[in-house]
Amino acid sequence: MKKYSILLVVILIAFNSCKEIDCCVSPPFINLKFTHNWNGIPITNEDFSALKFTNENGEKLSIEKLRYLISNINLMDSKNYTLVDVGENTGTEISILDVKNGTYNLSFRFGFANEDNKDGEYQFLNSVNFNVPAMLGGGYHFMQFDGKYIDDNNQEAGFNYHTIRAVDRTNLTDLKFEDTSFEVNLGKVEIKNNTEIEIKVNIAEWFKNPNLWNLNELNTNLMGNFEAQKMMNANGKSVFSLGKVVNK
Amino acid sequence: MKTNYIFLLSFFLLMNCASKEEEIYTPIPYHLEIPPLFSDKLIAPIIPSNNPLTEEGVALGKKLFFDTSLSGDNSQSCATCHNPKKAFTDETRFSDGVDGSFGTRNSMPLFNLAWNFDERFAWDGKEFGLEKQAFEPVSNPIEMHSNWKKVAEKLQKDSAYPDLFLRAFGTSTIDSVLVTKAIAQFERTLISANSKFDKFLLGKATLTPEEQNGFNVFMDETKGDCFHCHGSDNNPLWTDNKFHNNGLDATFTDLGLGKITGDPKDNGKFKSPSIRNLKFTAPYMHDGRFATLDEVINHYSEGLQKSSTIDPLMKKVNQGGVNLSTKDKADLKAFLLSLSDEEFVNNTNFTNNQ
Repeated sequence: MKKYSILLVVILIAFNSCKEIDCCVSPPFINLKFTHNWNGIPITNEDFSALKFTNENGEKLSIEKLRYLISNINLMDSKNYTLVDVGENTGTEISILDVKNGTYNLSFRFGFANEDNKDGEYQFLNSVNFNVPAMLGGGYHFMQFDGKYIDDNNQEAGFNYHTIRAVDRTNLTDLKFEDTSFEVNLGKVEIKNNTEIEIKVNIAEWFKNPNLWNLNELNTNLMGNFEAQKMMNANGKSVFSLGKVVNK
Repeated sequence: MKTNYIFLLSFFLLMNCASKEEEIYTPIPYHLEIPPLFSDKLIAPIIPSNNPLTEEGVALGKKLFFDTSLSGDNSQSCATCHNPKKAFTDETRFSDGVDGSFGTRNSMPLFNLAWNFDERFAWDGKEFGLEKQAFEPVSNPIEMHSNWKKVAEKLQKDSAYPDLFLRAFGTSTIDSVLVTKAIAQFERTLISANSKFDKFLLGKATLTPEEQNGFNVFMDETKGDCFHCHGSDNNPLWTDNKFHNNGLDATFTDLGLGKITGDPKDNGKFKSPSIRNLKFTAPYMHDGRFATLDEVINHYSEGLQKSSTIDPLMKKVNQGGVNLSTKDKADLKAFLLSLSDEEFVNNTNFTNNQ
């Protein structure tokens, strides 16, 4: 009997040694979910490439490409970044682990602050072609927003609403820069176990507040336009807002 | 005595857990030499976990790439339309298949394919993954016009292949999956990163004033604005590997990506090719309509055709394009040619030297 017991133990060891350890119990997490809307009407990439939106200035327009950079989410380590690509539906949800329950002030930066906006430093952003030419100061786009609109001649035309660190090229040998990234502070949120936080992105705000945007005047070649970049920076401040916070 | 039997049995049971692969030949992992500009600037290349690069797999893939047995009448190999001397394309607008039939697309050049992060291959993105792409030309009736069963039979009867497959994949039974895996392994080694412009970025070469101005035209949003689709000095691939309608036609006879996705919004969109090695890859565009680089530049400068899906990055389409000066056009061409990699097209690792 003892011998059979030994055999049984050995067989159990033999079979168990062939198995990989199976786990896992999911740790608590926070999910930041970016949802997009046009003055409250939800938008997904299914709505792209159709002249179905009208901006504050009355121009009909479409969205063909929309991707933007978020950095320094304060619930993560300080040098984080993510690229939200609405067209490809990537980066729209960010999972954050290891945040203890409590009440936090949720903030992040749109784009890169000057000290983080280092030319060629980020392999992922290089790989997805998000760079800014050295002649414009280098670094990275903060947003690429491409679309079409109906112009004053009733013709369809393209626009490239691209935001970067503003560069004054008045003197090409002495470029002047202004940091046009900005912090988005969404206020206090309660984190309790698994929490999903919606961040609402109203795209229409890029065209209206405080600067009424006229696409007939400002449509393409905006990257090197110092004043346009500052206007976009101002308009971006009202784009993001806190949506639903759900503790699961 | 019984105790001894028990321990003997136990020993064999434990041995049963040892990897069976140890009993057969284990291929040697292939060291993919990643150029410094790529390792510094880009995320890691895509090597599928079920098809890691091995010395034996890459060598087999190379042999297969140049083997005419893959075609129905044993007259054409992959290299027939993807000539190493032409940066793995050919010089004709449409390639001639084994039956003398012609397709409607220009043969794509092959290099830096492991850095196609979306893994959509072909002008219209119809193939997902290099392994899957390699399935297509063999059975395509206007290309190699064979079928995989016949190809596998031919290779199986060959005096060399069964052993090569055994060494590369642990089995001498040849099938289409293993053939395409091997070819994909070879294709992932086709790295082009040593053009004059690469050397310039590494501080080992100097650009002429014309090349430098051409680069500026390329990067200038108010001039060429080529970088939004074709990359920059921080993206040594010189392509975004995405699909765009670059204003070739007002109406479409070839739907491109739209035919694959079924979405009219994608009609007329084709993959933006890398602008590396343009010296070797004429004619240009998905249908090889432009014989020279001058024609390509003129297209973006004055020849844009408006259509419903034209990319918003095609500026001033209502004026035909960005209207470059004669000098800027010439300099842009000089810059583009500085991305030609002579070492790549003369690399004997990539030629049929068996």
